[in-house]
Amino acid sequence: MIEFSFGTVLAQWPMLLRGLVLTVVLTAISAVLGALVGTACAWARLHGGPILKRVVGAYVELVRNTPFIVQLFFIFFGLPSLGLRLSVEVACVLAMVFNLGAYACEIVRAGLQSTPKGQLEAALSLALTPWQTFLYVVLPPALARIWPALVSQIIIIMLGSAVCGQISAEELSQAANLIASRTFRNFESYIIVTAIYLLLAIALRQLLYWVGPRFIFSRR
Amino acid sequence: MVQFSLWDIFGFLLGALRWTAALSLIAFFGGGLAGLGLLLLRFTKLRGVATAVAWYVQIFQGTPLLMQLFLVYFGLALLGMDTSPLVAASTCLTLYASAYLTEIWRGCVNAVPKGQWEASTSLALTYTQQMRYVILPQALRVSIAPTVGFMVQIIKGTALASVIGFVELTKAGQMISNATYQPFLAYSFVGLLYFVLCYPLSWWSQRLENRRLA
Repeated sequence: MIEFSFGTVLAQWPMLLRGLVLTVVLTAISAVLGALVGTACAWARLHGGPILKRVVGAYVELVRNTPFIVQLFFIFFGLPSLGLRLSVEVACVLAMVFNLGAYACEIVRAGLQSTPKGQLEAALSLALTPWQTFLYVVLPPALARIWPALVSQIIIIMLGSAVCGQISAEELSQAANLIASRTFRNFESYIIVTAIYLLLAIALRQLLYWVGPRFIFSRR
Repeated sequence: MVQFSLWDIFGFLLGALRWTAALSLIAFFGGGLAGLGLLLLRFTKLRGVATAVAWYVQIFQGTPLLMQLFLVYFGLALLGMDTSPLVAASTCLTLYASAYLTEIWRGCVNAVPKGQWEASTSLALTYTQQMRYVILPQALRVSIAPTVGFMVQIIKGTALASVIGFVELTKAGQMISNATYQPFLAYSFVGLLYFVLCYPLSWWSQRLENRRLA
């Protein structure tokens, strides 16, 4: 008979809490920076020069066709050979931004491309500069259109941050590893942490669906 | 000290690449079969069943694959099964793929116009006949591109099997890195090999999608 002992694991709640906090912080920073990188790259892919377009295209394909864990290992273990030594947390954020940026680029680009032509002509006739047109006419409705896809991608990167424990960042999944090795309650630790991730994913989606229309692409 | 030539490193990684490919194929075909079964359950009129499938999908899409791997690895052991990393990784990735494929294909089935359901119901086809002769053939056309695209995600997912000690490409890269003290080189090669495996699939998926929309 299998006996479960969830209490033993829950007794280590301060560790779980610290892990949760780091996961949330990593996700928050990467989501903001990743969305910015993605938007910049989307702009570059549509309006940049031919070389810039190529470079951004290569970046996107490179990220989308290699696993996140390899990107993380490359940044954390590989880059120091080039003299770039990063702390664990910085390496995690860098890898997450690098990863999210590429996916966000494609998502935002799809939104930008679906701008009706009349909107651009109207902006032109109002003598808006290209920069104003992009910032006030094209971008907000584009973000509104692709918001669900972008939110899903941010959730994917939040779940992906579990891999950061592999370079010993003390986030949620690493907390599970540590608790498992302390209490020998492997299955229980991972069940609890998995449940926390599930709740976090659901909560994050609700939060972003609430935040988006109010603060990010609100119509003033 | 033993010296490793570039060819030694590359050869070792190529050998490990076979395991990445094998694990991906197991997960894709296993997940495809299970996913098809779940898809059929998803569209039955039985309320509880459809909801259960929806939760199954939500659980796999809302939790990290890494945690799923650990759970299966230690869960199978609790059940008293002999868990090799290969068995655990195959089981987990199959379940993972089945959840995602069900969800992808659900979208494709929903893309079939409602009139097709009504017409086939009015012809007194049973649910199985309806699916077999009317709905799935039409959904299939829509589903090819996203399914090929998902294969890329499976291949990238197999990289996490390295964490439970399965020696595939990523684990081989770690071993090379530890043996040669050249992480930059090792992970560059590993990344390159994943790219070589995934990029053609991405490209193909994109082309299928463009052609369907054209």
